[in-house]
Amino acid sequence: MGTFILRRFGVMALTALCLPFVVFFLTNLYPNLEKLAKSQANPRMTDEEVASWLDRNGYGGPLLIRYGEWLGVAPGWTLEDEETGEITGRCIDFDTPADVAPAFCGLLQGDLGFSTVSDEDISAFIGERLGSTGVLMFWAFALMVPSALLVGVLAGMREGSRLDRSLSAVSLASTAKPENVSGVIFIVFLASSTAGISSTLTEWGWLGGEGWLGDRNTLFLGSARSALDDGVNFWNFFLPVFTIALYGMGYIARMTRASMAEVMTAQYIRTARLKGQSFRNIVLKHALRNALIAPFTVIMLQFPWLLTGVVIVETLFNYNGFGWTLVQAASNNDIELLLACSIVAVFVVLVTQLISDIGYVFLNPRIRLA
Amino acid sequence: MDLLTWTGSFGTILNPLAMAAVAVFFLAFLANFAFAIAGIRPGEVEVNADGTMVLHKTPSDFALSAMRYAVLLFLACCIGYVIGGIVMSDIEQKGILGAVGQRFVPVWIALIVTFVVSIMFKSRLGLYGKLFDSPIGMVGFGLVMFWVFTALFSSLVAPFDALDQISALRNDVPGTPTPDGEAYSHYLFGGDRLGRDVFSRMVLGSTYVLQIAPLATLFAFMVGITLGLPAGYFGGKLDTGLTFVANLVLAFPVILLFYLLVTPEIVTAGVPQYMSMVLFLFPIIFLTVLFNSRFHTQPQIRNVLVAITWVIGFTAYFSLISNADDPDGAIRFWPEAVDLFDIEGNLLIVFVSVVFVNSPTVFRIVRGITMDVKTRDYVSAATTRGEGPWYIMLWEILPNARGPLIVDFCLRIGYTTILLGTLGFFGLGLSPESPDWGSTINEGRRLLTIYPHPALPPALALMSLVLGLNLLADGLRDESLRD
Repeated sequence: MGTFILRRFGVMALTALCLPFVVFFLTNLYPNLEKLAKSQANPRMTDEEVASWLDRNGYGGPLLIRYGEWLGVAPGWTLEDEETGEITGRCIDFDTPADVAPAFCGLLQGDLGFSTVSDEDISAFIGERLGSTGVLMFWAFALMVPSALLVGVLAGMREGSRLDRSLSAVSLASTAKPENVSGVIFIVFLASSTAGISSTLTEWGWLGGEGWLGDRNTLFLGSARSALDDGVNFWNFFLPVFTIALYGMGYIARMTRASMAEVMTAQYIRTARLKGQSFRNIVLKHALRNALIAPFTVIMLQFPWLLTGVVIVETLFNYNGFGWTLVQAASNNDIELLLACSIVAVFVVLVTQLISDIGYVFLNPRIRLA
Repeated sequence: MDLLTWTGSFGTILNPLAMAAVAVFFLAFLANFAFAIAGIRPGEVEVNADGTMVLHKTPSDFALSAMRYAVLLFLACCIGYVIGGIVMSDIEQKGILGAVGQRFVPVWIALIVTFVVSIMFKSRLGLYGKLFDSPIGMVGFGLVMFWVFTALFSSLVAPFDALDQISALRNDVPGTPTPDGEAYSHYLFGGDRLGRDVFSRMVLGSTYVLQIAPLATLFAFMVGITLGLPAGYFGGKLDTGLTFVANLVLAFPVILLFYLLVTPEIVTAGVPQYMSMVLFLFPIIFLTVLFNSRFHTQPQIRNVLVAITWVIGFTAYFSLISNADDPDGAIRFWPEAVDLFDIEGNLLIVFVSVVFVNSPTVFRIVRGITMDVKTRDYVSAATTRGEGPWYIMLWEILPNARGPLIVDFCLRIGYTTILLGTLGFFGLGLSPESPDWGSTINEGRRLLTIYPHPALPPALALMSLVLGLNLLADGLRDESLRD
């Protein structure tokens, strides 16, 4: 057990070192830097000017050393201007002049630098955006996990029954709908004033004006932006949450069903049945606990997929969270911000992998006691 | 000319019927649910003492058969709309559904021929024939083949070209008539933001998906199999190293990987060329090892097969990765005379990233199956016979792992389709004018709440194709388990 966790940690540390390097390498390819230089200084710079601009702004050195600087294990670059004598450097900025600036400033020191587009402090910026996404993720999970487990257990407890077949069909259909498709469909049918259910309800006088469903024109809002300003409520938040939850739900439900169906054929369930236990008791007391081990792993591993879903949904519903920031950073060539986003994403993935591995061992008595 | 109605003159009869079918279905569903809660179960067959059987019908049974007939009635109505559209001569009478049904006539014919021929010979067709025993598999196969044939006959089905614009019809609703002298009398699904025909773009978009998704999945399988077999069979350091790399790729959130890989700057840096250089080598390695391990005792056959593989493989390989026309291309040494085709950098990077994202998962599946299968007796028998490890992997283990691999192949094409849609949704890769479904959804979503019609058809198309692939995989899984 101890060696297992140690080995997992070792692999994770190695992964945690390699992945950011790949991201760093890809974001710091020369064409990216060239674009950065041209957008920061002058779009019509010659190649020599680009090279000297990059040198002056600390993008010139060898890649590994710059990676070290960014990680915070190598001292940040400094440069003294020959004419004015002004010292610039990685760790030197408006608030911290050269004489008090620390030698190291990177990821390990908690300094992610400044956005190259908006000059905001990335650590604070990302933190705020992550908070917004956290709210979205929380509600998505609160909706997705219980309903997926319920559907999976109900379908798996009597394999091949009618209930099983209809619930399996539902979960199959829900995995066939990626977020961009289901989001579009929901907006059209529920949040458009000219089509779908909302317009019908308005015609009936249930919506809008004197309608008993409220004076809104649509059943739900097609944009979640107001959730950030006016707070979360059912009308502005249900569609994005449901869109995220739906895609993951089918997958978790199918896994739960498979696991439940397998447990229900086990010897000890037959024993319980033969000794006259009621079906309800068998499912709730004997089968459920063992059937939920596999879905736990799946739910944890669902995080990286949810991240994609979050990016799509935040773009579609215009919600300024982490995913939206990532899209903006990537399309504006905001190298530092994109790096920071990548680190957060990779960190989330690694931590959930670790939790799922360790959790699996703890939950499964056959491994725990071995 | 007037705006078309959705159902045309047939609607007067069929619409109430279809509505009634839907209503009956929901009522029966609710009744069924209520019965289930009240504890009324469907009747069961009882065997009498004299050997006869009796089935006592309960209300629950009646509700169930009501549901079944409602579904059948609804399907009959749908077929009625299509047949009505084909039979009627005037487009006003056809309605939008009828006219669409008529545009798809080549697809219907091809589908009917495929199904009739397959069902006639199903006992001789192995796993493919067994598919026609399961209703789920048949529905899935039908949906998938519908889009395959649509892609094949797209130039016949689509009335307009993907980029034809009629500026008077910007954002116009479905069924709007086009000005005189145009290729077709109506915009069946309306016009998009630039006045292009939504229906034609949806039909033409299917060609993009059906060209890239299966091929990319096939390449991912080649890579995954070539690496996964030895990792599972030999184990040890090779396994540890490969698994670590696979997990590294898997730990990347897909969307981030796409944002890092599919940008114009990366294409200029030549990354797609270098990646394709590595990834596209795998099919050649795979086939070479496959033939060599089987025929190395008969050098003549082996030499012929390997030579054919190499000539075709390397010509295609170098044509693919080297692009002499492109002055920025990273690899340009292959002479233009034997350069069969050039692939645009954008398309190549989309293809390569999709292969790259899928390969590690395939690797893990193949590795897992190999570790399981290699303990079987026939593998020990082959080892005792003195067969080499590659023979055992490729000719003993791989054929026995085909069931789960075929199922995963279907699922993975669906997943690749979703990935392509996601790429298009973020405007990555293919040009924004291209009619592929992802880009069209992205284009349509800006004005979604006001003009919903441009985004909806591609979204539904994407969904039905993925659903079809999932159902097909489900049917195949059931049938291959029954083997």
